[in-house]
Amino acid sequence: MSARLARVALWATGVLVAAWLVAPTLVVIPLSFTDKVSLTFPPTGWSTRWYANFFSDSAWMMALANSLLVGVLVAVVATVLGTAAAFGLSRWASRRGAAVANVFLLAPMIVPGIIVAIGVYAVFLKLQLAGSLAGFVAAHTVLALPFVVTSVTAALGTFDVRLETAAASLGAGRLATFRQVTLPLIMPGVVSGALFAFVTSFDEVVVSLFIQSPTLVTLPVQMYSSVTRETDPTLAAAATMILVLTTVLVTGGLALSARRNRAR
Amino acid sequence: MPVDRPEGGTAPTAKGARIDLRGMTKRFGASVAVDDCTLTVEPGEFMTFLGPSGSGKTTTLNMIAGFTDISAGGLEIDDLPVGGIPAHKRDIGVVFQHYALFPHMTVAQNIAFPLRQRKIPKAERQRMVAAALETVQLPDHAARYPGELSGGQQQRVALARAIVFSPRVLLMDEPLGALDRKLREFLQLEIKRIHREVGSTFVFVTHDQEEALILSDRIAVFNNAKIEQVGTAHELYERPATLFVARFLGESTILRGTARPDGAGSTLVGDGFAVRTAGRVEGGEGGTAALVVRPERLRLTTDDPAGIPSGTNAVPVTVVEEIYLGAARKLEVILPGGARGLVREQAGALSDLRVGDRATLCWHPDDGVLLPDDPTIERIFT
Repeated sequence: MSARLARVALWATGVLVAAWLVAPTLVVIPLSFTDKVSLTFPPTGWSTRWYANFFSDSAWMMALANSLLVGVLVAVVATVLGTAAAFGLSRWASRRGAAVANVFLLAPMIVPGIIVAIGVYAVFLKLQLAGSLAGFVAAHTVLALPFVVTSVTAALGTFDVRLETAAASLGAGRLATFRQVTLPLIMPGVVSGALFAFVTSFDEVVVSLFIQSPTLVTLPVQMYSSVTRETDPTLAAAATMILVLTTVLVTGGLALSARRNRAR
Repeated sequence: MPVDRPEGGTAPTAKGARIDLRGMTKRFGASVAVDDCTLTVEPGEFMTFLGPSGSGKTTTLNMIAGFTDISAGGLEIDDLPVGGIPAHKRDIGVVFQHYALFPHMTVAQNIAFPLRQRKIPKAERQRMVAAALETVQLPDHAARYPGELSGGQQQRVALARAIVFSPRVLLMDEPLGALDRKLREFLQLEIKRIHREVGSTFVFVTHDQEEALILSDRIAVFNNAKIEQVGTAHELYERPATLFVARFLGESTILRGTARPDGAGSTLVGDGFAVRTAGRVEGGEGGTAALVVRPERLRLTTDDPAGIPSGTNAVPVTVVEEIYLGAARKLEVILPGGARGLVREQAGALSDLRVGDRATLCWHPDDGVLLPDDPTIERIFT
């Protein structure tokens, strides 16, 4: 009887914590379907007009296109660099050297975003990268890199290095071995790293606010300025779509990691 | 059986390469893993590196394969120094204990892997893969993934992958170590057959002396980073060069004492016995020596000691253990000094001795090998 009570209490606590964690996020969903011209909660009537507004407003669409472009480029660049870094770290004979390098690679995950933003902004002004596509990709890549490194390092942890020795004995050079043996086997880690990299860039707001320009605004920046200028429920529609997209991508990434772990 | 080779070099048509280790040495920091090993493996020969774990046999194999740098000394394959050539350019097949099959490729793709690296056209590749699968008797498994195969099947795929590009040297690092006994015995015969079929030079690493005896043309016994002796199974068993080899290969009775030259041979005087042997121990003037006698060379008798012909060694013993083996039985006896001895009696020639009986242990002076004693040996084996 008391065991059952304990179980009920445990479940209740779990549900409460989960609700506490996701409820603020879920509020935007009903908000986005409101029929009023302001963000009122709970909504008094339902409509999809804010979604229609999102897709017909050129400012929102430009911001979305920019975010997708930057996100995809960041995913590509961060995945290439992060995979190379993780591979190098795993083969570094000096374990201490690898540990130190790893701390530096993961630093962007720990350093407060606002500090990174100020530093990036100062340097980018000097290099005239502020507001440019290259600038956005470079800054977001720094932030996304730790996710790729972590994910690929985990994949390499379960990779049997002896397969590379076998490949060498069969006549494969180092590049051929990496392409034909190592990379296919760590691919789930690489793909989930790429998804995390895309999501990191796609919802990044602090650094983007600093380095934005009138010609290059990303979706989160557009949302931020929207919420400060007006209280247009298009914002909630955009937020809902970002929520769905990132949830799908992150779940996909986690599922890939889980599959990789099960495969061993 | 070693392949005949014309004097003064390897015939270019030979399917197997000659491997020369010249004082090959491997150091890891301050420790020496392989110490000054010199050895020639003849073309087409089946050579086994036999020794306990940590004796340097696998490190030696890794140096031949190119997985490990050579610290000192040389390595030549067909008179060509290969020390500086990376593993993937040595054209040496390797079979690993852990199979090392690529889990994301089918069996056929695994076997085609070395052919793809060599840019062999697809049609030719498929033909060679099929032939290799035929050789290892797995023709119906081409489309399977390694994870779907049993350990024995995986190792046969690994073998096919290592021979499909016709390497002139095939190295095997305890390839049967992970398999159960029945399968191991079956695959030993398979490996022997494949060696005959492909004609390459095989170097096989194992710590299992029985496996070494079954497979090898010659065996190199490793101990403590050094090669103790190289020879045919028969030579190693009948004429061990060191006490370690005698102990590692087969069973034996070891009598310890002081050896004195006596005629053409020596007399070994120990605790409670004095026996004659044909051998001499170098520098053994009064030095301690060990006489190794194999169990089948010994005979137990309860006859009157006076009836034993002079010239035959006779030592009084007590039977302490009987081990029935079907085709034979082994009797463990206690020697006068307290050491244990082992006698093998073939079925049909069994004595009627039982545990507890006293008897006389007899053997001919030619049937023993006198070796310098090495007191450190017993620590390894007990």
